Amino acid sequence: MSALHPVIRFYRWFFFRARGDSPFKRLLIHLALIFASLIAVYPVLRVVTISLRPNDTLLTTSLRIIPENATLENYRAVLFGEPEKHRQSDFFLWLWNSFSVVIVTSIISVALAALSAYAFSRFRFPGRNPALVFLFTTQMIPAGMLLLPLFVMLVRLKMINTSLGLIIAYSVSSVPLTIWTLKGYYDTIPLDLEEAALIDGASRMQVLTRIILPLSSPALAIAFLFSFMGGWSEYLVARVVLQKNELFTWPLGIFTYAQQFTVSWGKFAAASVLIAIPVMALFLYSSKWLISGLTLGSVKG
Amino acid sequence: MARKYFPVALWATIVLALYFLLRALFQPHLSGISLTPQIVMARAQEIALFVLAIAAGIGMVELYLYQIFFRAPRSRLTNALVRLIQAISALFAFQLIVLFFNLTDLFRLPEGALKAFFSMPLTLGSWLRERLLQSNLVSQENASLVSNLLLSGIGIALFILIHQMTQPRTSRLGFAYLLVAPAFIGVLFLIVYPFLFEIKLAFSNASLGTQATKNASYGLIYGWENLKTLFTGNVAKDAKFLEVFWRTILWTVINVTFHVTGGMILALLLHRPMKLQGFYRTLLVFPWAIPTTIAAMALRNEFDLRYGFFNIMLSNIHNFFSDLASQAGMLAPAFGWLAAHIGPVSWKQDPFWAFVSVLITNIWLGIPFMSVVILGGLQSISHEYYEAAEMDGASKWQMFRHITLPLLRPVLTPAIILGVIWTFNKFDVIYLITQGGPQEKTDILVSSMYKAAFQFYRYGFTAMFALVIFLILLAFTVIYLRVTGGLKSTTE
Repeated sequence: MSALHPVIRFYRWFFFRARGDSPFKRLLIHLALIFASLIAVYPVLRVVTISLRPNDTLLTTSLRIIPENATLENYRAVLFGEPEKHRQSDFFLWLWNSFSVVIVTSIISVALAALSAYAFSRFRFPGRNPALVFLFTTQMIPAGMLLLPLFVMLVRLKMINTSLGLIIAYSVSSVPLTIWTLKGYYDTIPLDLEEAALIDGASRMQVLTRIILPLSSPALAIAFLFSFMGGWSEYLVARVVLQKNELFTWPLGIFTYAQQFTVSWGKFAAASVLIAIPVMALFLYSSKWLISGLTLGSVKG
Repeated sequence: MARKYFPVALWATIVLALYFLLRALFQPHLSGISLTPQIVMARAQEIALFVLAIAAGIGMVELYLYQIFFRAPRSRLTNALVRLIQAISALFAFQLIVLFFNLTDLFRLPEGALKAFFSMPLTLGSWLRERLLQSNLVSQENASLVSNLLLSGIGIALFILIHQMTQPRTSRLGFAYLLVAPAFIGVLFLIVYPFLFEIKLAFSNASLGTQATKNASYGLIYGWENLKTLFTGNVAKDAKFLEVFWRTILWTVINVTFHVTGGMILALLLHRPMKLQGFYRTLLVFPWAIPTTIAAMALRNEFDLRYGFFNIMLSNIHNFFSDLASQAGMLAPAFGWLAAHIGPVSWKQDPFWAFVSVLITNIWLGIPFMSVVILGGLQSISHEYYEAAEMDGASKWQMFRHITLPLLRPVLTPAIILGVIWTFNKFDVIYLITQGGPQEKTDILVSSMYKAAFQFYRYGFTAMFALVIFLILLAFTVIYLRVTGGLKSTTE
């Protein structure tokens, strides 16, 4: 063996290593993954680039990531307005509008679902199976489909152009999905715990509040996060329900940047970056649990 | 590796956001921010009242159900009394529900005795208010508040009365119904009722001209008209139903195919002991993590004719080949051909390229989800299968075909089904990037429906359109459930 020329030995090691993947294959895999990562990240980087461009060079054919004369001017304008033009910034108003709507939607749907999902998981009561099949079908209903009757209903109730109307509209898709997810989780909690508690003289209510709810706090958090994420960056429903500027949620808000007489791409990009950073951080941080939550709610096919 | 720093980044952004918010609240004029403490408080109050009202309503229903299930009357006399009170309150609730339907135009109560009967709860309230005003007990502005309080007081007194007249009893399933009741009410109000309303709208000529449902006429003939328009006329403004339908199928099939293959390739690449795996995984889920609205708008810019990334790249390639064509001797015709055929594309005007642009965006957005799901599935497959197959001399392809794919099925099937339904219904990307244009050549069914409703205000027609879409999806679901028998696992 030692008689072989070093180049041939390297060649053999490089292409045909006996154990595991050969270095050549690894190199190819890394190259492919780097390429894929670039595709995944590049559009996001372009947004950052546009947000850093000074206003006079917004339209350029340059592909540099950090533009020439990079400036944080757009961020300042988004956060604190433009005092020299007597223009206030609505950025925090939009965030507050979005936040207040979405947090209430999530609380309502998790509260309703946490109770009913337990009943669906533990009791065999008349009407249970039809109700479950019904809930399953609601996942098939397009969200846009019930928008029209809901819109007409909100108009008649004089709730159009209020954040309450948006809360109702968001709850439509959020409540069934949450029930579904939580039922999947409750099913995985062993019955023995409850039976032991019942034998020790706990009431059904105590079992629920002292054992089941604390045990399922991760699932509750996931369900909360799901409905929060679902509503947080929603655009189309909000566009229909809200028409007043001071009620705009942030997706509607940053759209006003794109629709103004002079399109302010710089400010649009800056606002997008400011919003996307915490959302993406939260998402990436919790993605492990989010994914497990998805599989919890899924039907085993 | 990078994951470790996310909590830090998260906390940092939260602290920063809090700082700016507090600053804004205390110095609204200095900071140039339009969010003021007054706005915050007003919204908080509005929402708190709303939540309280919901909680009170649900609490009443729960109390009512509790007394039905868990309280037994003591004697025959009290039994009659309790049941009478309960029946009256049920009637009251029924009247209120009918009134709600009437208010929101699900149906119109004819003027006269019927309407008077169903609006009894309201007349009772106003009668009480009149009485209070006449007796000079309360001032004008407090009258409705006091009368409402009085009414709720009577309600609570009735509950207490029933409680006094009954004794506790056990109920096997009462608890389950108590738990389900709030969600049941929610689903009834949020899904069943709008659905019924949609069916009614589908058989009407409601539009902007009839002020939505105010002056609309209803009848089977209108439903037939709507259906006829749907299949022979224009669905939004220019496009025909069949054309949009086939485009939707194409949209769904292409998207899901690319999502699954792309996700599968990435998952297979990542599923091995390797360095930097966490790093790649973090970067690769970026399209999923970024809010869709932002991603769609950002990519819309990239499809710009002159300044977008795609056309800059295409024109660079074009220039590269035309340079080559002018230099290389033998291969010049080939490069010339390439230069002639590769070049900037009008993503916005050309229907074909517009559709490609929305496809590219949605494929980019959807691959991470599939790859994460498939990677999770791959990791749950035991190594032993592959080792055994290797012993028997199976090739890599055979292992993939006969071990990986079959064992991935429980993960893949629901993911694909969900993917199909989501993609079928997903039109925010289309709406944000092309708005269905040019000439509605990139619209899919759901986006056409949205436009028919909220751009062209054809309410009755849209409702019929929505019902047809629902039936298509329902047919798909039923076929899927027949094939897989998946319904059993939903109820078990």
